Amino acid sequence: MRLYEYEGKILAQKVGIPIPAGKMVDSPEAAREVARDLKGEVVIKAQILLGGRGKAGGVKFARDPEEAERLTREMLAGKIRDRKVEKVLVEKKLEIIEEMYLGITIDEIKKRMILLAGRTGGVEVEAIAQKPGAGFARFHVDPFIGVPGFRAKELAKHLGAADKGLGALSNIVSRLYGLTQKFDASVAEINPLVKTKNGSYLAADCRVEIDDDALFRQKELESFGIFPREERGREPTELERKGAEIDRVDHRGVAGRVVEFEGDTGLIIGGGGASLTVFDAILKYGGKPANYCEIGGNPTVKKVQLLTELILSKPGVKRLAVITNVLSNTRVDLVARGVIKGMLNRGIDPKKFPVVFRVPGAWEDEGFKILNKYGIKYFERAHTMDEAAKYVVEMGKS
Amino acid sequence: MGLFVTVKLNPERCQDGCQACLDVCPVNIFKLEGGKVKVVAENEDECTFCELCLERCKNKSVEIIKNY
Repeated sequence: MRLYEYEGKILAQKVGIPIPAGKMVDSPEAAREVARDLKGEVVIKAQILLGGRGKAGGVKFARDPEEAERLTREMLAGKIRDRKVEKVLVEKKLEIIEEMYLGITIDEIKKRMILLAGRTGGVEVEAIAQKPGAGFARFHVDPFIGVPGFRAKELAKHLGAADKGLGALSNIVSRLYGLTQKFDASVAEINPLVKTKNGSYLAADCRVEIDDDALFRQKELESFGIFPREERGREPTELERKGAEIDRVDHRGVAGRVVEFEGDTGLIIGGGGASLTVFDAILKYGGKPANYCEIGGNPTVKKVQLLTELILSKPGVKRLAVITNVLSNTRVDLVARGVIKGMLNRGIDPKKFPVVFRVPGAWEDEGFKILNKYGIKYFERAHTMDEAAKYVVEMGKS
Repeated sequence: MGLFVTVKLNPERCQDGCQACLDVCPVNIFKLEGGKVKVVAENEDECTFCELCLERCKNKSVEIIKNY
């Protein structure tokens, strides 16, 4: 789950990383109040979950509270990078003399967290980092050791710190790693990490992503006003909302996580890479996916039934593809029961409606018996997902 | 009766309401009603054939029938 800048800064502050004085607001009047309290020039920063915000007009400076109010009003009325702005962060303008980069993420190849420190921060740092001689220092963190003090100091030195600044900056390095450990963050990035005229270092921006699978144990976040959410860049559709409700019906297995598309082919798929293969295959043969969804981990018959009903309720769906990779952790017969019950509940005759089943896995022989009884075409594991997709698309055409 | 599975409780054999089946069923097919164990019709299709109920019922009152 990606956090807004102001949320990331709350966490930064909790671990002791200095941040600029400021406050998140959602109205122009409140922005004026904050600007008045901060005294002097302020910066108004649109809170959206996308990068490239500054270039798109999402960061503006205001000389006085009145201007802060006006700029906030404009920002809240418009869109930045096609996203509606609902909140802005009003902060005291910093007197920056240096901009640096400090980030931690997971190196998927080395299976360790990697610390990146760059002498150049700010916009388009990704492009700069690619260039040879960009001056980025990298350090892979041993999970059993963490970031030793001397390593943090080395990185701080790399960033150009000396004397008193060395201690302050190396503290930020250690604390940023601490943030990832305390809050299960998979990304924690300070860009830019700035040095101000008076020699202090602050996180001028902060991007944090929390590992979704760790949200269940990050209850503390809720006490800071950070609640679990799903970010799609838009409001969920009615279908997606109902899909999420279905998954919540029961804790057993997954059957939900629906994403709606404009298409004619309802999909009940396992999620992940195999699902994208199914998408490609459906498109290749001339069908259009009506949805993405996920089943797995042995969901109950009821959940699969409700999901099937939901997908078939979408106007324009004229075929159903139940196609997955080998599901060793999911009972095929239970999935078959759910799909058939869902179809029958919608008043759809499985013998007449274009539907195909290609779900190899546990108890598949029982599943095939059920599918046979209801006249549903199925493919065994010797046949590819591609074959099944081709079959169902052609079925729906005739 | 479920579409795919029917679970039957023989009322003559299930006399004492020991609830052993209710305790072991992982998909809540049994419930207690007026001191007697009954089958929850809407959950019958969740039966995974684990047969724990068959194993635990000392009076052999439970019967599971596949409808396919």
